Amino acid sequence: MDRETMLTMLRDMLLARAFEERAAQEYTKGNIAGFLHLYPGEEAVAVGVIRASEPGDYIVSTYREHVHALVRGIPPRAVMAELFGRRDGCSRGMGGSMHLFDAERRFMGGYAIVGETYPVAIGIAYGIAMRALDDVVICFFGDGAVNQGTFHESLNMAALWRLPVLFVCENNRYQIGTEIHRHSAVAEVHRRACAYGMASGKVDGMDVLAVHRATREALQRIRGGGGPELLECETYRFRGHSMADPGAYRPKVEVQSFKEKDPVKLAIRETLPYYPTAAEMAAAGPDSIATLKRQASDAGHLDGDVLADLQREVADIVEDAVRFAEQSPEPTLDDAWAALECNRRGEALL
Amino acid sequence: MSGEVFYWQALNRALDAELALDEGVFILGEDVGLYGGSYRVTEGLYAKYGEWRVRDTPISEGSFTGLGVGAALIGLRPVVEIMTVNFSLLALDAIINMAAKVPFMAGGQFPMPLVVRMPGGVAKQLAAQHSQRLEHTLMNVPGLRIAVPATPQDAYWQLRQAIRAEEPVIVLEHELLYFAKGPLDEGAAPPPMHRALLRRPGRDLTIVTYSRMVDLSLQAAERLAEKGIEAEVIDLRSLRPVDWDTCVASVQKTHRLLVVEEDCGFAGAGAELVAGLTERCFYHLDAPPRREAGLDMPTPYNGTLEALTIPRPSSIVAAARALLGQAAEPAGGPS
Repeated sequence: MDRETMLTMLRDMLLARAFEERAAQEYTKGNIAGFLHLYPGEEAVAVGVIRASEPGDYIVSTYREHVHALVRGIPPRAVMAELFGRRDGCSRGMGGSMHLFDAERRFMGGYAIVGETYPVAIGIAYGIAMRALDDVVICFFGDGAVNQGTFHESLNMAALWRLPVLFVCENNRYQIGTEIHRHSAVAEVHRRACAYGMASGKVDGMDVLAVHRATREALQRIRGGGGPELLECETYRFRGHSMADPGAYRPKVEVQSFKEKDPVKLAIRETLPYYPTAAEMAAAGPDSIATLKRQASDAGHLDGDVLADLQREVADIVEDAVRFAEQSPEPTLDDAWAALECNRRGEALL
Repeated sequence: MSGEVFYWQALNRALDAELALDEGVFILGEDVGLYGGSYRVTEGLYAKYGEWRVRDTPISEGSFTGLGVGAALIGLRPVVEIMTVNFSLLALDAIINMAAKVPFMAGGQFPMPLVVRMPGGVAKQLAAQHSQRLEHTLMNVPGLRIAVPATPQDAYWQLRQAIRAEEPVIVLEHELLYFAKGPLDEGAAPPPMHRALLRRPGRDLTIVTYSRMVDLSLQAAERLAEKGIEAEVIDLRSLRPVDWDTCVASVQKTHRLLVVEEDCGFAGAGAELVAGLTERCFYHLDAPPRREAGLDMPTPYNGTLEALTIPRPSSIVAAARALLGQAAEPAGGPS
């Protein structure tokens, strides 16, 4: 992987962390209401998966989807304004934290009933297959969602008709407060895919490079007509299920052990010393990893300024997003009626 | 072109016409393809349009209805057939939580040209799990439209209009109407999809009804006419939205309202119809409105009992006479 891509992913992860921590503060201040499910700890999954996708691919996500939306390219201003319930939010203030949408960027939504993402994903994929297009649908879900009937129903149909879907399990080991061994007879989610003859794999969801690599390979196979696949990403959320949940049910030692694997810190460690620029890679030719590493190091890529600059940049972006959200107007009841009747298209009903 | 066809044939022709017209239209459901549909509605379409346009699904109502939602989000026009309305209870998440809400929750960014067709109602001794009427459940969901065609002509055009709509439309058919015959004129310009139609003009009371109960109400009206009572019969054709104006005009003329519904009476469709019309016509009413509705009980298997749980011409006649302050017909008449 070239240094530019790696830096992009590092920046995504830093922005994700900063954005979510700020959202928590704004929630505490009362600027954000309702349910707020935050993503710290799981950044490597959204970033690794979505950065490995093409702009034409569709994303279907859950209610813990702010970071998926940001990585997909929805402006932080529009995401923050949505959390604030304002008119300039990406769902015009009608959806909120759990229901971010962006048709233009093929961000097909945050779904807040557990297990809804599968049927939506196979429906989009059905359309792609029917029209013989090249796009793939990426369907996110958590470990708690694999015991819904729709998981089995939809995986069956996806495999039966060879629909272009990558099912991505963000296995953070807890369905709210119930640990995976207390909710699933088979705790290794990827093994369930074999019931439908579907290829599947497991990856360290704290390692953005590993997630990116596994996703890229899976998407290549799916795009090549190989049928749907399931990728299980083993990850962890550092916070409770939502802002309403202190997460007291988890042993401190467990939380601590996962924090030592903080995906953002891991990405920082990975990025700075090793990654050459695309130009350097091209110039070096094949079998040159060792050389490139030395060159990159000699060229000053260890320079801590890069990291400091990135952190400053994302802090500014988040600050700007909050200012924007604060100033965005409240939607009106007329806006709500317009959203409800958005598909009327002038049709006379009576 | 016009002629007499079965209700199922009218639906079949509507599907055929829309499949031919728009490549984004596709049908999915249990046994809709090779088998031709449980009530023959999709007969011949699999051979004509192929498996991607007429898709046999596994028995997974929740997910294949949800599949329709996903496909509609990218502008396809799925027509989901749920074998009976009873099975739609397994698909209510897709219908209520998704189809009705996603375009709204997204602030108006996505189309939702989804059609869900399903037959409901009491048929012939299918017992409680296969005899439900769930219109009241769906009527309470903003974001849905509900068509309830009573004739082949309406079945044909309302289904075509539903497929062309950009909003989710539930088409509630009736198991006992599939093999009812009536005229079909495919060339006639249809009325707007949700407009109510006057099926019989009258003077003494207004009967507001829909689906299979339209025919039964018309039969009752003929019997009432023999006694000199002229009932006006309005076929709603739609339960969401409701064409209030057509109903109000009639009640303002007759001053008496009888709602006939197959739905269970308690919190059923008729509760909203009576409430809505009372609010609009209170000072025009000469008597409290009445409902002739299904009994509040699960449908018994026994055929004699089953028949007693839903309105029939004799019970509609009795309700109409009671509304007019007249004594019931003597017992022993035709049911």
